[in-house]
Amino acid sequence: MKVTVARSLEEALADPEAIFLAGGTDLMVGVNFGRERPEHVVSIRGLSELGDTSVGERVRIGGGVDYTRVLDALGEHSPALVQAARTIGSPQIRNAGTIGGNLGTCSPAGDTLPVLAALDAEVILRSPAGERRVPFSEFMLGPRKSARRPGELVEAVEWLDAGPSQAFLKAGTRNAMVIAVANLALVVDRARKAVRVALGSVGPTIIRALEAEDLARGLFEESGWERPLRPSQAAAARFGELAAGAARPIDDQRGSAIYRRHVVAVMARRALARTGEVA
Amino acid sequence: MSSLRLHVNGEEVEAEAWEGESLLYFLREGLGRFGSKNACEQGECGSCSVLLDGRLVCACLVLAAAAAGSEIVTIEGLAGDPITAAVQRAMVEAGGVQCGFCTPGFVVSLADLLRRNRNPDEYELREALSGNLCRCTGYLRIFEAARRAAAELRA
Repeated sequence: MKVTVARSLEEALADPEAIFLAGGTDLMVGVNFGRERPEHVVSIRGLSELGDTSVGERVRIGGGVDYTRVLDALGEHSPALVQAARTIGSPQIRNAGTIGGNLGTCSPAGDTLPVLAALDAEVILRSPAGERRVPFSEFMLGPRKSARRPGELVEAVEWLDAGPSQAFLKAGTRNAMVIAVANLALVVDRARKAVRVALGSVGPTIIRALEAEDLARGLFEESGWERPLRPSQAAAARFGELAAGAARPIDDQRGSAIYRRHVVAVMARRALARTGEVA
Repeated sequence: MSSLRLHVNGEEVEAEAWEGESLLYFLREGLGRFGSKNACEQGECGSCSVLLDGRLVCACLVLAAAAAGSEIVTIEGLAGDPITAAVQRAMVEAGGVQCGFCTPGFVVSLADLLRRNRNPDEYELREALSGNLCRCTGYLRIFEAARRAAAELRA
């Protein structure tokens, strides 16, 4: 195992075969347990080129920004991502793990991923050949599989401000240090009249619940996009059913498929109630 | 193996290290600093909590070789720090120590919290200690110690 501590983006990208190391919350576990022995590790922690944040009509978070700094940068902006970042690990983990790491690892349980899907975010990849922009909907291909090519680095992620009607929910056995049994993000972009629901940890990739989105769009259309939405019990239940129907969960050590489907329906109803109130 | 130089507790230190070694392993086996405890090696238990460039992290998740150029402070390096001293006193007085294995990690985490926030509410306290596991105390006395230390530091 060879280790390079990159001092610039150029140095970081010099070896297309190298494995990138930022916060170490995934890779170091594998190394500690002898499961991973990468030939060449390039540490990108603290690279200033990956540390930028800008928050406004268009939001940009550098790939090297850890979750504590994501929270500091966003404040009350993009609240679903704020809620997701707050559920990740512990203070120690949030000081280490980065949003670029969440994207690079691309676990179906990655907590920021359903939010980035629901925000319709764009992943910015950097290689010596230049920059490549991939919409999140085309980024994640399977468990720990993404459109990122060898030697490409997650430079940043960007999205358009979708307003305050957003929610992220996560089911697990405690509030901290939990890999999601299931998680869900709902973004109601009232200005653009768009609704996006994304499910995590209930399939091989993050899943958009398109039928649930259609139903919710109709509800907001009917009650007025600029007004609070108080869906009927029947409508909320249907929304939950459609979201659960989109899930493709499996049984594993964290939870059963039946439980996961159930919890998706509950989270979807709650997310609709919460976003509905915020106009 | 190769020689690795790091900046630990204000001094330049050097020891042989395997390239894939964690900072925790380097501290304990390379330098003989046994204050940071080795338990889960996956960032779950917080018993190896240290400050890396002033930020609380798990030393087991830091690649030692990648910490070159960073400022590392361990529980040993916090000796003499008044906030840490208040936390240590409160842990003893409140009975927050039983077997003691998790204690250095809790002390580093609590000192980190109280350095930033002298008046944490219950939620902030629980949040701040959520990355540290204790199998003995049931946490109540550790939370009591945290409240005592915070009160002492505010006085």
